[in-house]
Amino acid sequence: MQLDTALQLLRQSGHGLPEGTPGSDAWLQSLIDSLVDMSSRDALTGLANRRSFELALAREIDRVARAGEPALLLALDIDHFKRVNDTYGHASGDVVLKAVASALLDCVRPMDLVARVGGEEFAIVMPNCPATFGETVAERVRRRIEAMPVSIGLSQQIQVSVSIGGAFAPQWVRSSPALWIERADIQLYRAKAEGRNRVCLEPSAVSVVSAEEKALLFGISQFQDIE
Amino acid sequence: MTSAPNKSPTTTGKTRTPAARARITAVTSGKGGVGKTFVSVNLAAALARQGRRVLVLDADLGLANLDVMLDLAPKITLHDVFTGKSSLEDAILPAPGGFSALLAGSGMVEYSRMTPEVRDQLLKVIDTVAPRYDHVILDTGAGISDVVLYAVSLADEVLVVVTPEPTSMTDAYATIKVLAATQSRSLVKVVVNQTRRHGEGRAVCLQLQQVVDRFVNVGRSAPVRLDLMGQVPLDIAVRDSVLRRQLLMEALPGSPAALAVAAVATRLLD
Repeated sequence: MQLDTALQLLRQSGHGLPEGTPGSDAWLQSLIDSLVDMSSRDALTGLANRRSFELALAREIDRVARAGEPALLLALDIDHFKRVNDTYGHASGDVVLKAVASALLDCVRPMDLVARVGGEEFAIVMPNCPATFGETVAERVRRRIEAMPVSIGLSQQIQVSVSIGGAFAPQWVRSSPALWIERADIQLYRAKAEGRNRVCLEPSAVSVVSAEEKALLFGISQFQDIE
Repeated sequence: MTSAPNKSPTTTGKTRTPAARARITAVTSGKGGVGKTFVSVNLAAALARQGRRVLVLDADLGLANLDVMLDLAPKITLHDVFTGKSSLEDAILPAPGGFSALLAGSGMVEYSRMTPEVRDQLLKVIDTVAPRYDHVILDTGAGISDVVLYAVSLADEVLVVVTPEPTSMTDAYATIKVLAATQSRSLVKVVVNQTRRHGEGRAVCLQLQQVVDRFVNVGRSAPVRLDLMGQVPLDIAVRDSVLRRQLLMEALPGSPAALAVAAVATRLLD
């Protein structure tokens, strides 16, 4: 019934038509494969879309809980993207999004998943990434974008930067994709608040209790004299 | 392992309402020496008195205290189960107080770091015992090691034992913070042990909640809420029973501390 629409969508997304005799099992399988591929990608950049990103994240959490391999989630946001759109127009904005997408793909390992999760928001899932490497890989991504001129129009080049927040999945522990995203997002907001074009990873020593926390814990209680 | 003969296939329509799987409670504390194992075993005894089938599992792998507390000298431990030397059934011991205990034994030191093997074994043990009990209590180790965090992650609920002392409160807070950061847990149950006056438990819990609200709950979509299960008063009967290696709930069930633990058990089942 909606076969025509499906074929049209595939053609439009550059997927090409299914192979084999139309209507045959092989043809239908090929059609389904193409539709699945299409529905897991972001139309503009070709990156994984939010839907497949969340699936990948759930899979990764499962792996971290089972095998204990450390995994890093980076949440990225293009700085002042609205300004790009307002100044150069939405077509240029799209060019920037595509350029950032391809640069991101370019500077991660093949096993890493790069996704576009919102307007100018991206995410990278990095399986098997040791905690000590986190800062280095995130910084490499940030510098790659910073050093990349984007050509818009005939002779115009602009420069963009990204803010990056990151959090490691808790090893051995069953967590949820939502919480992992939230933790990376909190770090992203911190990177934005601290001036953008920077990397903020969740401090690994969450078990350290700061002086402020202690002050509140004991400040107005009966323990004033003890602490 | 799962192919144990079932009683009869005709019971399908009349499955007993008491949960098909035990409720798993992880008892933890951050700081050691605040009465974590004391609470675990006496809570188990109190739940057993209320007719529940209870198993206490020594999840403090390597630093087992449960055997001392229960005056049990286990010949077979989790270590033997992990290494395949013994069946799980043989390692489950009847403890005074009417519940069962699964002890780790001192040969477990090698398991104090989390490895895929420990994780799988622990998971397997818990999955096997869970259908046979109404309640499984995981007595976890002190501190915030990966073994403790893993054990807690296997539990349906976590019970933090804290005393009204700055060091204990700091460590309990650190534990809650790590649990909030690493596990999607928004409810943490709290028992305040060794209180000196009425209302002190509530004060400690409120104080912790206040710091959690200010430093942990900021920006969280599911804020962490502490739920006070009760306070257990400082009671000379506790020391006496521990020294005599008797279960307080058995030796002095009418003592203030025993009554308080029984109230915690009731509250836990609410």
